[in-house]
Amino acid sequence: MNALRLYGRYTAVSIRSQLQYRASFAMQTIGVFLITSIEFLGIWALFDRFGQVRGWTLPEVALFYGMISITFAIADAIARGFDMFGAMVKAGDFDRILLRPRSTVLQLLGQELTVRRVGRFAQGVLVLGYAIRYGEIDWSVPRVLLFGGAIVAGVCVFVGLVVLQATSAFWTTESLEVWNAFTYGGVTMGQYPVSIYRSWFRELFTYIVPLACVSYLPGVAILGRPDPLGTPVIWQWLAPLAGPVFLVVCLQVWRFGVRHYRSTGS
Amino acid sequence: MRHRLRPYRAIISARFRMLLQYRAAAVAGVFTQIFFGFVLIMVYEAFDRSTTAARPLPFAQVASYVWLGQALLATLPWNADSEVRAMVRSGAIAYELCRPIDLYNLWYARAIALRTAPTVLRVVPMTVFAMVVLPLIGLDEWRLAPPTLGAGLAFACALVCAVMLGCAITALINISLLWTLSGEGIVMVTTSAVSLLSGMIVPLPLFPDWAQSVLQWLPFAGLADLPFRVYTGNIPLDALALVLARQLGWTVVLVAAGRWLLARGMRRVVVQGG
Repeated sequence: MNALRLYGRYTAVSIRSQLQYRASFAMQTIGVFLITSIEFLGIWALFDRFGQVRGWTLPEVALFYGMISITFAIADAIARGFDMFGAMVKAGDFDRILLRPRSTVLQLLGQELTVRRVGRFAQGVLVLGYAIRYGEIDWSVPRVLLFGGAIVAGVCVFVGLVVLQATSAFWTTESLEVWNAFTYGGVTMGQYPVSIYRSWFRELFTYIVPLACVSYLPGVAILGRPDPLGTPVIWQWLAPLAGPVFLVVCLQVWRFGVRHYRSTGS
Repeated sequence: MRHRLRPYRAIISARFRMLLQYRAAAVAGVFTQIFFGFVLIMVYEAFDRSTTAARPLPFAQVASYVWLGQALLATLPWNADSEVRAMVRSGAIAYELCRPIDLYNLWYARAIALRTAPTVLRVVPMTVFAMVVLPLIGLDEWRLAPPTLGAGLAFACALVCAVMLGCAITALINISLLWTLSGEGIVMVTTSAVSLLSGMIVPLPLFPDWAQSVLQWLPFAGLADLPFRVYTGNIPLDALALVLARQLGWTVVLVAAGRWLLARGMRRVVVQGG
């Protein structure tokens, strides 16, 4: 069986098991939808009072918000196995994964495809719909492709972050909440155009954790407006490539971690 | 009186000591909350610089408001007591019913520990960072400004009332578990309501003017918004009595509601797992 089919089997099993608890599943999905919607209500309130933020309008901000929400919802759903990795190391369950003749990354991705993340996904799509309806986006085929590419690249960045978080568990045997600053904090950061932030903060999220490369820069290109930061258009179109590169680097760190794994022995 | 309060004091202090064990989580939490504080303050700063209109809450006060929110996050009643939830599910609630003390008071006492112990661990490093370190690293305008003596004392009173109010809401969430078992639905609705209507998502004065009268009179404003604005001086000292009256009034109403619901719930309680 090739890797892709095996992953398909894994996810099919995972989805079936989650749908056994239908009421709980529905509640959690609606709950996430509600909480994220309330977050957007807060952004709406700020625009209602201040009108605009450094020259950006609400429909423009909604594009960034929708992109980062959709991206994070997908990444969070597929990388759940890495997210729960700390508990696995603690219990010594990683030994079993190492014994199987398949890559550790594939098996961990196959642990769970978290279906209830559709709550955040749906909310992101709704906000995006608002951005498209009320914004002045001139959609063209290249722009649609750029949008799709940016989403895929964004998923790469978030999955990379969760992989790094899991890798740190090899040394700490504990999943560290510190990583939330970059994942959840990254989502909050990415809901607004990064040009509103201070430069040190922007650079952190451009050159170290390249979230701005997969949301802000392609977003500006899709909106077709000049970037207040003055980036050239070609750079805006190529920036999402940083996403897969970041993921590859993270997976190398993961491999290094696996080689240094010592079981807790329990 | 002292004699009657003793069991509750014992419960609070036992739970408190247990919750104080999670120190590593507190350190990680402080880092994450500082990070979120930075993001939020930069967002508000950007909005603030984008208008020349009058602001109901000046940026310096918004910064203090954000840091107080980050430091006192754990005092907000955004979840059920996980031990009570486990007891309702496993049937161990039967033991709670056997104790020769009032169940509502018992759960209220547990809520006090749940809402204060994690905060105690975080509030000192957060305050030191936001009040002392930020000016030292050149971010003076982002700092948590020290309050005037009067505002500080008033804030202390309002904060105590906010915790009392929050514990009444926590008790209500716990009691709702008697009907729903898992409590996911209620908890999520409560989390949403609490975070939006208390001012944790956006400071309440920044919401549209037409919404203010509703927001200010709902119970949730007393959890964060009112005490925070007392701290920054946005609410003048002579309005303190009204703030405390609103907080305590809602506390009395919600405690009464909780007691009534608990009595009803107990009539139909089914102990799981025999």
